[in-house]
Amino acid sequence: MTTLEIRDLHVSVGTTQILNGITLTIKSGEVHAVMGPNGAGKSTLSAAIMGKPGYTVTSGSILLDGKDVLAMPTWKRAVAGLHLVMQYPTEVPGVKLSEVLSEALTARNSSLPNLNKTINEEATRISFDTELVNRAVNVDFSGGEKKRNETLQLAVLKPKIAILDELDSGLDIDALRDCAKRVEDATNEDQLGALVITHYSRLFEELKPDFVHILAKGRIVKSGGPELADELERDGYAAYAEVAK
Amino acid sequence: MSQTTLAFPTVEEEIWRYSRIGELQLDRFAAGTTTVTVENADGVQVQGSDAASLVGSGMRSHPDIFAQLNTEHGAVIALHIGKGKVHPSTVVITHTLSQSGIVAYPRLVIKADENSEITVVERFVSPDGTDSLIVPVAEVHAAQSARVTYLAINELGNSTWQIGHQVAVGERDSTVRMFTVALGGDYARVRAEVRLVGQGASAQQTALYFADGNQMHDFRTLQSHEAPRTHSDLLFKGAVKDKSKSVYTGLIKITEEGTKTEAFQTNRTLTLSSGAWAESVPNLEIDTNDVKCSHASTVGPIDDDQRFYLESRGVPPEIAERLVVFGFFDEVIERLPASDFVAGIREKVIAKLGSVS
Repeated sequence: MTTLEIRDLHVSVGTTQILNGITLTIKSGEVHAVMGPNGAGKSTLSAAIMGKPGYTVTSGSILLDGKDVLAMPTWKRAVAGLHLVMQYPTEVPGVKLSEVLSEALTARNSSLPNLNKTINEEATRISFDTELVNRAVNVDFSGGEKKRNETLQLAVLKPKIAILDELDSGLDIDALRDCAKRVEDATNEDQLGALVITHYSRLFEELKPDFVHILAKGRIVKSGGPELADELERDGYAAYAEVAK
Repeated sequence: MSQTTLAFPTVEEEIWRYSRIGELQLDRFAAGTTTVTVENADGVQVQGSDAASLVGSGMRSHPDIFAQLNTEHGAVIALHIGKGKVHPSTVVITHTLSQSGIVAYPRLVIKADENSEITVVERFVSPDGTDSLIVPVAEVHAAQSARVTYLAINELGNSTWQIGHQVAVGERDSTVRMFTVALGGDYARVRAEVRLVGQGASAQQTALYFADGNQMHDFRTLQSHEAPRTHSDLLFKGAVKDKSKSVYTGLIKITEEGTKTEAFQTNRTLTLSSGAWAESVPNLEIDTNDVKCSHASTVGPIDDDQRFYLESRGVPPEIAERLVVFGFFDEVIERLPASDFVAGIREKVIAKLGSVS
């Protein structure tokens, strides 16, 4: 059992305070959805958890099974079991997915005996074209291919807790279903804990949240069960933007 | 060719701007030669007066005193491939300079007759600490429909200077590919020129350079389009580390005759240390309409987003950096001919990367 505890997290970008005290606890096998309007600080939350340069934690803490995540460099956070699925995965010219995964596994001291076989099996499972495995990561990939690629990495690296930043942006309905279902399967098969950051509830058809949190103006203004997502779908965010003021 | 002795250049001249020419004392060096091996040249290498008569096949005039000195003192290696012939293997020429205090003038002439094909690799090697100067000239003449591929590999030691010239002339429908890999040397300069003089001639110029320590790699390129429907594509990519430097200045020149020409020029340099320095100056000089032309140049550190992407997968920083640098060089390495040498070049790049701060 793994626990990611985010306590009273305050984050600024440059001189602008974006997050004003986020508290969340995610355990193995749980799916937590963080929903909010544009500008609420959703992507800042994912960047701060992974330690992206430019995002400064001004107070608060993040603990993974009691270990201080904020004291770790980004790569050690990943090795410790955190995984970020990016909203806009970066193109890395000339670097193949198989190379990235091989180095990522080496850093975890867990070389897979047959990495290429695992990659191919996982690619097939989410309808990711295996040709792309030997091409430069994300370069000239479509939106759907990029998200399938991110999901494939998650499946191979088997993190303890995944942060999915807008998995549903920029991809078609088939790709969304394949990716969301694979993450849902991981929460059941591997007890993956997931922090799902999203705008819309369409992702939840395949990836069922246990908890839904509403983020507005850098604060979690309401938490509840899946029914909260239905309410947002019906009424929008307007009411919560007011609460945050 | 002109007999007047050309003046010793200064950094005031645009083509020598940013160079280290001011440090050079030519009279410090005694005339000498490199130790040369030539492999796989049976049937194409010509000797004696036949070789001497080929000098000037590609270089029609001396761009500077170093080219002139090379013509006066050059140890000539001449390759002549006859009409319609395809040379079956890669010719490999290795120059080794193992003594300090000398200046050597290797001269390579490649003359490819109509519809012939040849690939030549020329390596320049010296041990570290060899305080000498090498002034190589490689000239290529590709007749109608001939296909010539040339790869120069600078594996010089850290005290050796190089002031080199490559000149290629392409006649109608010929294809010339000129490659340079620069890893060694103290100050290592290459002036790389292609002149497309026949309709439909095509040239590709590619370089990979990686300077570290106090090295300086210096490139001056010319893509000269002097006939209609000619095509050139230049891609120079490099990295500078520690306190090293690199200079790239390149000119695309299209004369009035060069209608419907396509010319592309890209130079990208990664700065891997804060003490390293790189300059990139692209230029265009176009005297006709109806051409397609572009140039791009960038100088800068490794992209932060690429680094973060790899680190967020759990790849440690030094390995992420290595992957990104290798990825950066990948499109150049992919283009390299003579695959026998590619593994060695990769290893040298890895060794140079070492631990990048």
